[in-house]
Amino acid sequence: MQIGDQTWHFPSQPRVLSTGTAVGPMEGAGPLGDSFDLVYADAYMGQSSWEKAERTLFELAQDHAVRQAGLSMEAIDLIVSGDLLPQNISSNFAARTAGRPLIGVFSACATSMEAVAQAALFIDSGFAHYVLAGAVSHNSTAERTFRYPTEYGAQKPPSAHCTVTGAGAVVLGRGEARIGVSFATIGKVVDFGVSSPWEMGAAMAPAAVATIVAHLKDTGRTVADYDAIATGDLARVGLPIARELLAEQGVDVGSRLQDCGVLMYGADQKEAFSGGSGPGCCPCVTFAHLLPKIASGQWRRVLVVATGALLSAVSAGQGETIPCIAHAVSFESVDALTQGGEPS
Amino acid sequence: MTGVWLFVSAFVVGGLICVVGQLLMDLTKLTPAHVMTVLVVSGAVLDGLGLYDPLIRFAGAGATVPITSFGNALVDGAIADTRQYGILGLITGIFEVTSAGISAAILFGFLASLAFRARG
Amino acid sequence: MGPEEVALLSVKMASDKARYKSFLKTRQPGKPWVRNSIRAFFAGGSVCLVGQGVQETFVHLFHYSEKTAGNPTVAIMILISALLTGIGVYDRFGQWAGAGSSVPVTGFANSITSAALEHKTEGYVAGVGANMFKVAGPVIVFGVVAAFFVGLARYLFVNG
Repeated sequence: MQIGDQTWHFPSQPRVLSTGTAVGPMEGAGPLGDSFDLVYADAYMGQSSWEKAERTLFELAQDHAVRQAGLSMEAIDLIVSGDLLPQNISSNFAARTAGRPLIGVFSACATSMEAVAQAALFIDSGFAHYVLAGAVSHNSTAERTFRYPTEYGAQKPPSAHCTVTGAGAVVLGRGEARIGVSFATIGKVVDFGVSSPWEMGAAMAPAAVATIVAHLKDTGRTVADYDAIATGDLARVGLPIARELLAEQGVDVGSRLQDCGVLMYGADQKEAFSGGSGPGCCPCVTFAHLLPKIASGQWRRVLVVATGALLSAVSAGQGETIPCIAHAVSFESVDALTQGGEPS
Repeated sequence: MTGVWLFVSAFVVGGLICVVGQLLMDLTKLTPAHVMTVLVVSGAVLDGLGLYDPLIRFAGAGATVPITSFGNALVDGAIADTRQYGILGLITGIFEVTSAGISAAILFGFLASLAFRARG
Repeated sequence: MGPEEVALLSVKMASDKARYKSFLKTRQPGKPWVRNSIRAFFAGGSVCLVGQGVQETFVHLFHYSEKTAGNPTVAIMILISALLTGIGVYDRFGQWAGAGSSVPVTGFANSITSAALEHKTEGYVAGVGANMFKVAGPVIVFGVVAAFFVGLARYLFVNG
């Protein structure tokens, strides 16, 4: 049901039954390399184009998640997925392989949590038993679609992001599992006037802050209720900006505020510039690195705030600024759900 | 310039033209494509003012290798044909001098696409 | 929302954007333009040095004159750049060298070759052929337009 202005509460607490993450070579060489389910050394995935590689990545991730849940693909009632490419060809073609009903979604790099939020909604409201949610991105498809041909010698500034080659998928459903989804806050489009595509972190930070503030207000929770608040891809430039903006609004996050784009790559990976981005960044880090901390008992609750920049090549060419959005999902251990999981 | 000094001036002049391009890219909002366009037009204007040919005599490849020389070559072609054919020569002559550059770029670019694939 | 309210809202939004812009000024990493300019100087100078070497070869080995050696020199530089782009090395050079790799004619060839390579998967006609000038197009268009007007100005005011 809706609570407050923008937040959904899921009383039945849809469970995370399993996850699947599949990444490329650069992500596999990063600090989280061992945490991912599948790591591939060939960015082409043995395919004849980058686009085919991207959908293959998602097919493998969704397949892994479904098998880990002990299910067959036919048991999945609904797939909710998206990617960065025009017309969502990667996730749509992967759904063709899966052969199950599809709800395609898009909010750029915030797609993953938009998908998880809707998956939780369908399960909580009884419209589905098992839902597969996820998102995928690929460095080369993003480069050639939105920036330059991959072999072009353009020089990127230090504030640039590196689109993650990775796919993250999760199976949500009712049943016995340690982690559940309790709340989702749907973001509003926020535009603070940044227009340079090299300044995505600064463009998206206000959207992340707006959603975090709205979530806390709607649920009556405080930062202390969460072990971590993880934004999707603000990276090394946007993260400190978000911390400051939150402090201005009276929200003192301290070290609880983390970022999936910062966690994805090591400081020694210079081609990552300020950090990871892309629809695949947030789900890969969340499912492979953050949720296991809840499963192991180290954490009780994490708020994952995926951030997306809603521009296109045409809007940028026409001199428009970059409107952004952030969608938040609260993942909690089942004990935490039964104690104090209700909003005040 | 001749001999060793020609190599020195080629290095320095070529390097400086690149620095101009770098400053435009770093200190303004211009993209690489904008900067190349500015440089090509600059080469054309400098040749119109009679300043580019002396630069070539001074710096050799330092003036002919940067993209500015493309603008210079286009203007040379246009002017040469106006001397022969009058005002219509502006249109007939533009690509005459620079055909090697354009043809080579198209040809070798296409051949490369036959032989290689993008590596990401 | 009445017209006054809309006007007030857009004033508020404009001042929010203005405040954020000045907030960002001290919080964004600037581009390392000094380091980049030094790299551009050395890289660009070196590319021109190679070009000078190629030109000397044509003059002394193949008996071209200083003037006519320019054309085959440019063609060879373009060939080298297309090869380096094809083997996947030019983009790394570009990240380091900045304008030192994009300003020489080798950068022009790189932009054409990289676009050709990238669109190979869409076929040679609709992919390679149609997209080859994606990045290099403006250079040709504005070069020709500028040459026309410069030539026209010279014809009208200097007469040749």
